[in-house]
Amino acid sequence: MSSIAWAASDTWVLTKRNLTIWARVPAYLVFTVVQPTIFTLLFRYVFGGAIPTKGFPGGYVDYLLPGVIGQTAAFATMGTAIALAIEAQKGVIDRLRVMPIARSAVLTGRLAADGIRMLITVLVIVGVGYAVGFRFHNGVGSAVAMIVLAEAFGLTLCVVSLFIGLALRQEEAVQAFGMIWLFPLTFVSSAFVPVATMPGWLRAFAVNQPITHVINALRSLALGTPMGDNLWLSLVWMLGALAVFMPLAVRVYKRVS
Amino acid sequence: MTSADLAIVVEDLKKTFTARRKSAPVEALRGIDLAVNKGTVLGVLGPNGAGKTTAVRILTTLLQPTSGRAFVQGRDVVKEAAKVRELIGLTSQATAIVDELTGRENLEMMGRLHHMPRATALARADELLVQFDLADAGDRTAKTYSGGMLRRLDLAASLVSHPDVLFLDEPTTGLDPRSRLAMWEVIRALVASGTTLLLTTQYLDEADELADEIAVIDHGLVIAAGTSDELKGRVGGDIIEFTVPDREQLAAARRAVESMADGGPPVVDDAAGRVSVRVGSAGSEALVETVRRLDAAGVTSAGLALRRPSLDDVFLALTGHAAEQTEQSEEVAS
Ligand SMILES: Nc1ncnc2c1ncn2[C@@H]1O[C@H](COP(=O)(O)OP(=O)(O)OP(=O)(O)O)[C@@H](O)[C@H]1O
Ligand SMILES: [Mg+2]
Repeated sequence: MSSIAWAASDTWVLTKRNLTIWARVPAYLVFTVVQPTIFTLLFRYVFGGAIPTKGFPGGYVDYLLPGVIGQTAAFATMGTAIALAIEAQKGVIDRLRVMPIARSAVLTGRLAADGIRMLITVLVIVGVGYAVGFRFHNGVGSAVAMIVLAEAFGLTLCVVSLFIGLALRQEEAVQAFGMIWLFPLTFVSSAFVPVATMPGWLRAFAVNQPITHVINALRSLALGTPMGDNLWLSLVWMLGALAVFMPLAVRVYKRVS
Repeated sequence: MTSADLAIVVEDLKKTFTARRKSAPVEALRGIDLAVNKGTVLGVLGPNGAGKTTAVRILTTLLQPTSGRAFVQGRDVVKEAAKVRELIGLTSQATAIVDELTGRENLEMMGRLHHMPRATALARADELLVQFDLADAGDRTAKTYSGGMLRRLDLAASLVSHPDVLFLDEPTTGLDPRSRLAMWEVIRALVASGTTLLLTTQYLDEADELADEIAVIDHGLVIAAGTSDELKGRVGGDIIEFTVPDREQLAAARRAVESMADGGPPVVDDAAGRVSVRVGSAGSEALVETVRRLDAAGVTSAGLALRRPSLDDVFLALTGHAAEQTEQSEEVAS
């Protein structure tokens, strides 16, 4: 077999391993399935009534769902960073590196498994959303495009998390750091409330930060509201993040010891 | 002996860690040389921080040396790292075992990563589970394994590909005596099957049991090398120790055992009231003789025991300081 075929085979073995671990740890399942369900229901029923969302076909639930998907995809990448930090710390990665496997397989196997995990989460949210009134209003093609964009966004942040996990190499540190950047970025965005309701200085940040662009783009794809600059700005941000963090992740990975 | 007979060659290997923050660089290896014949066992003996793991990490391609060269089966560990990885197995102080997978799944995964077809990987996993006395536990997740079982599984995991050269970094540290003996048994069987082994340990008895040759390292240097008998010759063999509760009798006790000493006069610790005598290989006969002599001299003793020389004794003999003290003075200095 060629080296590319072996790299694919190594990636697949490690993907399967990562998914098996994930399926056997109840806490991971809770994070992937239960937490997004609770979020959807909480926002739909607790805050929903108080949040003005004129101009959205089905009211707040239609506004909310793309937001929950964006936020959950972002939060799910914490799992990527934590898993890698633990493996680097325990020495598991070292042991994989003394085997004649493709050097990239540890990272690609992680990304593939987390991509699958992410897809399941997104589908769960859409399912729960449908049960509580959410509907796609823009046709099947755009609905699929929304899921693809959400997945691409999640994978981009997974790459950022590869770097964070390998650089910090400590579960607690990864968790603490995750809170610091993920909470403000996801809440100070258009995920749950229209940014127009925020005070001026906060709004300036919310309007221009990448997660707002991504969530707006998800929303336009799902509901058919005007796209504006959101899609291309999302893609530029994502490509930019990949261009910066992919090499950084590979660099810290080579240095893990 | 030609270089073709050598499984591991290390030439003037140095490794300096340049700390990321402003602390001084650490010279983990300060120029070591090693040579291990194919099919033999080298025990690398040294206290905490001596540089054992650093040497193993360089030999297993995980770390780049600062200078010097190292070869495994004639392959340069830096320039031919990929080739070296096909020839070696490593059981490190950290574990390769995934807790959530069963013993069998862990081994099968290793086989698949060594590019075995699935059926071969499964067959090899079963074979290893039997060989390492884990067959009954093969379908339980590794989370449920005892410490000893985990170590055995970990060792099995590094053997999946039938490596020519195996590196074991402190394979029994932290194990209870029974698991330790079981581990020794497994390692002996491996060696009998022709695997070359480099084993690091903090225990002289372990090196004694398992190694053909021993290299003692301290502060990144090989301070002694040879067979276990050669090293013990330098230490002075077995040691008899006892305390004399009545300090008035201490001098009499010393005189009573003086003529038994082989390898230096008896050492008397006045504060603790303890006498240690090196008795060479006289062993238990010397123990009986000591009891007889102390009795004859009218000395009441307590805690009489025969001790095999420990790493401490080796260090004391070779460097004039005990292993623990090395470590402590290092900590104070840093
Ligand atoms: N990555 C690193 N960065 C800086 N210093 C290091 C690094 N790895 C090891 N050292 C230092 O190098 C020295 C040798 O460490 P090493 O781990 O090789 O010792 P060891 O003999 O394996 O000890 P132990 O018995 O505790 O496992 C120690 O002083 C250690 O602190
Ligand atoms: Mg060590």
